[in-house]
Amino acid sequence: MIQFGLWDIARNLALAARWTIALSLAAFVLGGAVGLAILFARTSRSLWLRRAASTHIELFQGTPLLMQLFLSFFGLSLVGIETSAWSAAAVALTLWTSAFLAEIWRGCVEGIPGGQWDASASLAMSHLQQMRHVVLPQALRIAIPPTVGFAVQVIKGTALASIIGFVEVSKASTMITNASFKPFTVYGMAALIYLALCLPLSMCSRHLERRLHVAHRD
Amino acid sequence: MTYQLDFGGLLQYADLLAKGVGLTVTLITVGGASGVAVGMFGAWARGFSRMSWLSALVGCYVELIRNTPFLVQLLFIFFGLPSAGIQLSAVNAALLAIVVNLGAYATEIIRAGVEAVPRSQIEAAASLGMSRLQMFGHVVLQPALQKIWPALTSQLVIVMFGSAVCSQIAAEELTFAASFIQSRSFRAFEVYFVATGIYLALALLLRQGMRLLGQAVIFRRAS
Repeated sequence: MIQFGLWDIARNLALAARWTIALSLAAFVLGGAVGLAILFARTSRSLWLRRAASTHIELFQGTPLLMQLFLSFFGLSLVGIETSAWSAAAVALTLWTSAFLAEIWRGCVEGIPGGQWDASASLAMSHLQQMRHVVLPQALRIAIPPTVGFAVQVIKGTALASIIGFVEVSKASTMITNASFKPFTVYGMAALIYLALCLPLSMCSRHLERRLHVAHRD
Repeated sequence: MTYQLDFGGLLQYADLLAKGVGLTVTLITVGGASGVAVGMFGAWARGFSRMSWLSALVGCYVELIRNTPFLVQLLFIFFGLPSAGIQLSAVNAALLAIVVNLGAYATEIIRAGVEAVPRSQIEAAASLGMSRLQMFGHVVLQPALQKIWPALTSQLVIVMFGSAVCSQIAAEELTFAASFIQSRSFRAFEVYFVATGIYLALALLLRQGMRLLGQAVIFRRAS
């Protein structure tokens, strides 16, 4: 019988952590891109675009991520798209991330004083030009801390992908537990891996936020 | 052949779904209330008690919970704790996980409210000869909760969505019921679609309930 030592558990979990990181990155980068598009729709002048964007946000913030994963896993194959656990998880997490990031960023855009909009409008800038040259560069500064903070939520969210069979840290821990019968050690180590991934981001987010507040007080 | 959606076939499973909803509601009410109680204690320990070791301990707890996924916490409690001699049923493990998880988030949320209470209020209470604990209970807590009530409501909704994960340890809540029906009827999309709709409705109900509770308890004026 194969014996699972502490080292084997750690090594296998570390290997699985690559997939947690890959899925997090994919969801965060793609979700950021979609989120930016939704942000533009949400702040546009067209009533329909605004409505569509806020419906998207309501839907994905108002339902459990696990249900979104199930629906994308089973739903995509209904319309004839071949789905693997990886693609279903990436799609669901991307849409989920985009909804939250769009809402976070909207708050930042609305935090820019109205005078900035008026001033740029008086320079005959179009709406997109205003966003591109005046509002977004300023909103970016206040957007960074909460965005980094949300990255932590994305990493934790990838744990749910284990339920539709994607092998990342959580799924790997279950598999190793089934082979080694050491749930306490394995799940404890899995928690430590997540902690190692998330804690630096949390601390970074808090640090940036504090620095921003100091800058604002001047 | 294209797939035909069929929601009618789900009707025979309505009572299963209803039972699932029942447990989800139980989890969020019992777990939610206990979790917020833990959060109040945590906020007191972190921002108001004079015991630095307790504050540091609560700080570690908050960081540990907020930086690990709920799923891993749940699996650790249900599968890991028995080897430390603590054996829990699925529902109890789910409840404990929810309380531990929400407790950490609620600690941070309520602490933010506590910090927003004006200093003069606390000084006034001190000048009346109140102890630190009395100050916290009689002077600080209510205005603090008023400030963070919306954030606390959102966190409860997030925890309710998180409770979907409890199906993984066979706690028979809404998602468990949905998965069970799925395995019987093979109508995966329809079942999960309906379950998602139920979650959406539950979230609205929860927000409404918290608003009413807030009006009755937190935003009540002293007569």
